[in-house]
Amino acid sequence: MPAPALLLAAIAVAFFALPLIGLLWRAPWSSAWTYLTSDTATTALRLSLVCSLWATALSVVFGVPLAWLLARSGVPGRGVIRALCTLSMVLPPVVGGVALFFALGRRGLIGQYLDRWFDVTLPFTTTAVVIAQTFVAMPFLVITVEAALRQLDTRHEDASRTLGASRWYTFRRVTLPAIRPALVAGAVLSWARALGEFGATITFAGNFPGTTQTMPLAVYLSLESNPEEAIVLAIVLIVVSFAVLVGLRDRWFGQPGRLRPVAA
Amino acid sequence: MTLDASITLQLGALDLDVELTVAPGELLALLGPNGAGKSTVLRALAGLVALDGGHIVTDGIVVDDPSADVFVEPEDRPIGMVFQDYLLFEHMSVLENVAYGLRARGTPRREARARAAEWLTRVGLGSYSSQRPRALSGGQAQRAALARALAASPRLLLLDEPLAALDVGTRATVRRDLRRHLDTFDGMRVLVTHDPVDAYALADRVAIIEAGRIVQAGTLAEVTAHPRSRYVSDLVGVNLITGTVHDGILTTPDGAIVVVADAEPGPTYAVIRPHSVTLTRTPPTGTSARNSWPGTITDIDRLGDRARIGIHAAIPLTAEITVAALHDLDLRPGDDIHATVKATDIEIAPA
Amino acid sequence: MRSARRLLVTGLVAFGLVAAGCADDDRPSSTASAAPEPAVDGDVTVFAASSLTDAFTELGEAFRAANPEAGVRFNFAASSELVTQISEGAPADVFASADLTTMTKFTDAGNDASEPVVFTTNRAEIIVGPGNPKGIAGIADLANDDLVVISCAPAVPCGQYARQVLDNAGVTVAFKSLEENARAVVSKVTLGEADAGIVYVTDVIGAGDAAEGVEIPADINVVAEYPIAVTRGAEDPQAAQAFIDFVDSADGRAILESYGFVSP
Repeated sequence: MPAPALLLAAIAVAFFALPLIGLLWRAPWSSAWTYLTSDTATTALRLSLVCSLWATALSVVFGVPLAWLLARSGVPGRGVIRALCTLSMVLPPVVGGVALFFALGRRGLIGQYLDRWFDVTLPFTTTAVVIAQTFVAMPFLVITVEAALRQLDTRHEDASRTLGASRWYTFRRVTLPAIRPALVAGAVLSWARALGEFGATITFAGNFPGTTQTMPLAVYLSLESNPEEAIVLAIVLIVVSFAVLVGLRDRWFGQPGRLRPVAA
Repeated sequence: MTLDASITLQLGALDLDVELTVAPGELLALLGPNGAGKSTVLRALAGLVALDGGHIVTDGIVVDDPSADVFVEPEDRPIGMVFQDYLLFEHMSVLENVAYGLRARGTPRREARARAAEWLTRVGLGSYSSQRPRALSGGQAQRAALARALAASPRLLLLDEPLAALDVGTRATVRRDLRRHLDTFDGMRVLVTHDPVDAYALADRVAIIEAGRIVQAGTLAEVTAHPRSRYVSDLVGVNLITGTVHDGILTTPDGAIVVVADAEPGPTYAVIRPHSVTLTRTPPTGTSARNSWPGTITDIDRLGDRARIGIHAAIPLTAEITVAALHDLDLRPGDDIHATVKATDIEIAPA
Repeated sequence: MRSARRLLVTGLVAFGLVAAGCADDDRPSSTASAAPEPAVDGDVTVFAASSLTDAFTELGEAFRAANPEAGVRFNFAASSELVTQISEGAPADVFASADLTTMTKFTDAGNDASEPVVFTTNRAEIIVGPGNPKGIAGIADLANDDLVVISCAPAVPCGQYARQVLDNAGVTVAFKSLEENARAVVSKVTLGEADAGIVYVTDVIGAGDAAEGVEIPADINVVAEYPIAVTRGAEDPQAAQAFIDFVDSADGRAILESYGFVSP
């Protein structure tokens, strides 16, 4: 690799490593164990993991059909739809949270009917956390999968259909395996985004230990009264995320240069 | 058990309007230059593209008829298709590829795999069944693609330039094998190719397609005996001239004059077989031949005892002489030469 | 080239003048009086509890009107967060806290340069939607599980006060959310997402027509004492002290009282 490029890359690595090293340096190692095993930490961590996994699952279930719609369907106005569905990527999360309020809150556009007819209120529930996280995380999946679907050689799907496979069978056995790297990458990105989500969560879902207090919220609030605890909780979140990201094999993201199936 | 198709459709710049019929057990070759619309015809037969007008009837069942609002999806048609790039599924083993059609149609896994294994043995790929398609050579992949298409017992087999992806060396052997396998299949077959040798080797009947229209159809013998377009005549190596006949003289659009015999006035095709062209270094004198053109030798090809000489003259010509004559005259590219043809040697057909 | 050099010289001279001017201010102030001083001409950065936002903004304008040469900048947040910021080196000249506990943390860390002075007090109040649709009459009503009740998180002063009030009343309330500051509590109640919250009297007044207050009787209510002090790192301690004197003056108290604060 040429030296200037290497230097820039090295600076980039340092840029990311420094804040983390800073945290580790300031961490109160003597009291770390107490904080780690405290109710606050374990509850928040468990809630974070459960909610972020749900959000990722929802992002996949709804995001893949949406990606298909954007990549293949030829529906008019796709550009607008795409912009709409990825808006939450550029919106400040708090704005997203407020918007969710106005849609799904007790007096919201849809929320008021949920409340009146079904006695269902969403704010301040764990469901609200999942909703807020899905809202910000899904676009990552949609974007990666849409790109993969666009680049796919559709002739394999043609071949599949001439062999008698229905559209769904073709999707299951030919298309999905072909976009697997993108799907994995998109799901991981979504999960990471969901895990770290703060603004929309605290605005829409609120903050209560065990119900809606995810790790990022716990970190933020403990920063108010007990910065040492905040540092320990932050490190926990980082370690968990790091472990997952490192554990993902290169292989699942696909070989470089092989974006689509190559004919024999 | 026939295919009856009348295909009218527009796809981008292509304007397609063809009619085809294929009898049971027959192999029809669709021959034509690139861009003529051959692959589109196949895709229409497969249902991968819908007709704008006309109809497709397979075995008495209408699979596509826009006027009656009928369109049967590809997966519901009794077809099998072999693609130019084979399009084997990379993430499955060769066996699973061949079993795909069976499993897609509901055959239980074990049975599908057993039948797929039989097919692989039949095409000589039994030892590759658990390998990935990328381990196969070009010819092997083609056989695998054929097995995959046939395993699902189609009534109509469609082959899209099945040999085009192979290098010239392997093509001959693979063609021979393909012929063997195709002969064992008793359904209808439509093969698309741009290589006339494929048609010679594999087809019962031929249809020549150019710019979206069928310009000629019939048995191979019929077509080559009476070529109707430059493409076909190039195919069989004849000289084809078009022009207008008036008073026994055929005038080409370029203004060249050809004396012909027994020609009705009007637009006419004229065919000059290469072996009817005589070459002399000096203009011929006292000859009964009515046509003689001065020209320059452009190229020389030897084929066994014969040599084919390309000549640039008022009419571009290919002459065929013996290699002995070639040496006697000491002909080389760039030489000036006279090409002579008897009027009675020129075959005429009204356009 | 010549004009650039001229610019440089002018700049250096100007810098020298400013530096000289600043150097003068390092003299310890010889008088400390509550009587109006000659007009102040320094810049003051005030870190104040978020419940002081409206009152202090007006105080700032009045201070500037009285001292045209002076500049006042504010940073409003939960008191506990402000202490953390100052400890990490944020540039504050004055610190006004919403409770004594946080001020004690501040002084314990050695951040003060003057003795904290309690300049005003606040009371807790229940905030409800306009028209009090759920008919809440007092603290006891908040225990009703059908209501959505929220408060500040225990880590921030208004959360501590809320808990004290509940202790005093002997009532247990299952909060649905613990917000990071009183403003968030107010907005969720005014948006109709929560039925009631416990905030300051000043917050209820500040919400105007968007909300109503339910008084908490004096025998169970808390008195939130607001101390103010000059910080150790103040750029201009004289100006800082002048601001504090203004806040504590008759004019200052009048402004505070207009927002619902109670002078001690």
